[in-house]
Amino acid sequence: MLAKRIIPCLDVKDGRVVKGINFVGIKDVGDPVECAKLYDEQGADEIVFLDITATHEGRGTMVEVVRKTAKEVFVPLTVGGGISTTEDMKNLLRAGADKVSVNSSAVRNPDLIAQGAKLFGSQCIVVAVDAKRVDGAFHVVVNGGRIDTGLDAIQWAQKVQELGAGEILLTSMDADGTKNGFDLELLNAVTGVVSIPVIASGGCGKLTHFSEVFLKTGADAALAASLFHYRELTVGQVKEHLREKGIVAR
Amino acid sequence: MIAIIDYGAGNLFSVKNALNALGQDSVFTKDPEEIRAADKLILPGVGAFPDAMDKLTACGLIPVIREQAEQKPLLGICLGMQMLFEQSEEFGETAGLGLIPGRVVPIETSYKIPHMGWNELVIPRESKLLYGIKPGEFVYFVHSFAAKTPMEYVSAYCEYGTVIPALVEKENVYGAQFHPEKSGRAGLTILKNFCSL
Repeated sequence: MLAKRIIPCLDVKDGRVVKGINFVGIKDVGDPVECAKLYDEQGADEIVFLDITATHEGRGTMVEVVRKTAKEVFVPLTVGGGISTTEDMKNLLRAGADKVSVNSSAVRNPDLIAQGAKLFGSQCIVVAVDAKRVDGAFHVVVNGGRIDTGLDAIQWAQKVQELGAGEILLTSMDADGTKNGFDLELLNAVTGVVSIPVIASGGCGKLTHFSEVFLKTGADAALAASLFHYRELTVGQVKEHLREKGIVAR
Repeated sequence: MIAIIDYGAGNLFSVKNALNALGQDSVFTKDPEEIRAADKLILPGVGAFPDAMDKLTACGLIPVIREQAEQKPLLGICLGMQMLFEQSEEFGETAGLGLIPGRVVPIETSYKIPHMGWNELVIPRESKLLYGIKPGEFVYFVHSFAAKTPMEYVSAYCEYGTVIPALVEKENVYGAQFHPEKSGRAGLTILKNFCSL
C-alpha cells in the first residue's frame, strides 16, 4: 500500500528561507539546501519550496536554489509560487524539480495546466487550490486569501483534474493559521469528487491532527510549515504517530 | 564510468546527481563508442513508451544496447525498465528491447492511477541490487503501466490492489520500476549496489 506522505513546506524569498526557522544543528538556517537536507534526514517524503520572491532576479535565484538542492536531496522536490508559463515550468524541472505547483496563474489561465501536463506529464503538475467558505460554499481565493474569485472550489478541483493536473494541494484559508486541525469538511468534499491525489494543507497544530486527516478524509498527503520550522514536531515524530495509529507511513 | 544513455527522453540530471553523490563517475551519451567503452549502462526514461522507443531507434541505439547488455550490467529506470520488455500496450502495441520476457500493460487496480508515491518492497528472492535493503523498505513510484512478466524475473514487487513488479532482472539486465534516484537512502543504496556490480 502507498504510504501517506508528510510534506514540509519552506517559504523561499530571493534564494533564502524566510519565516522563523528554528533548527538546531545546521549552520545556516536561511539556506534552503541545508533546511531541505535536514527534512530529508528526518524522513520527509517530499519537500515543497514556495517561492515568494516578487522580483525577476529572485526568480532566477530560485532556479539556482533548485539546482543546488537537487544535488543533495534525493526525495521528490516540488516548487510553487510565481509560475505562470510553461517556460517557468521547464526551467524549474530542468534544474531538478520533480513537480511544479501552479495556483493563481492557473485560475487566470486554466490552459496552463493542460499545456504543462502535455509537455511534461501530469505527474509533474500540481495545482494549488486555496479555498474559503463563502455563503455555505467553498470559493477559490487568490492572493493569500484576499481576492475571492467567486469560483466554486469543488468544481474547480474537478476541472483541474480534467485539464490534466496530477495532484491537488488543497489549502483551507479558514483553517490556515488556526492550529485547530485540517479542514476535514473541505478535504472530504474535494477527495469525494476527484481521483487524483490530494495534499491536505492548513490548520495543523498537533500530532493527532495528522492521524485525524488520514483516518477521516481521503487525503493522500499532509503538508505543514511552521509546525516543523519551529521544531514543535519533527517529521519522524509524525511518522511514528501515524504508524501507532495503523496508518501506513514510510 | 557509467554511461547514462541520453536519447532525448527523461530526467537525466537526477540520476546523475545521485551517482555524483555516491562518488560514481558518469556521462550522458548517445555515442555507440562511448556506450561500448563504459563499465555499466543506465537507461532512464520518463514519458510515453512509443515515443521513447522511436527516439532510441532514431539514435540508432537499439542494436548497441542489445549487444552491450550481454557484456555489462544495464539498469533501466521507470520507463527505461519498461523498455527492457518485449512489448508495451501503451498507445497501441509497440515492440520493446526484448531483453526480459514480458509485456507492459495498464495497471488494473481499484486504487488511484497513476501509482504515485512511496510503496513497500516485497522481496521474494536475493538480488545483488538489494544488499542492505530490508523487506518493507519504501521506494518512490510514478507510473500508470506496469510489467507483466514471469515471477522468476521479479526480485522485488509491491502491492497496490495488484502485484506490481518493482525490480526485475535477467543476467546482466536489471530494471527498477521505481525511481532509485528519488527514493531517499534506500534508493541510493540500490544505486550503489548497481555501481558495485
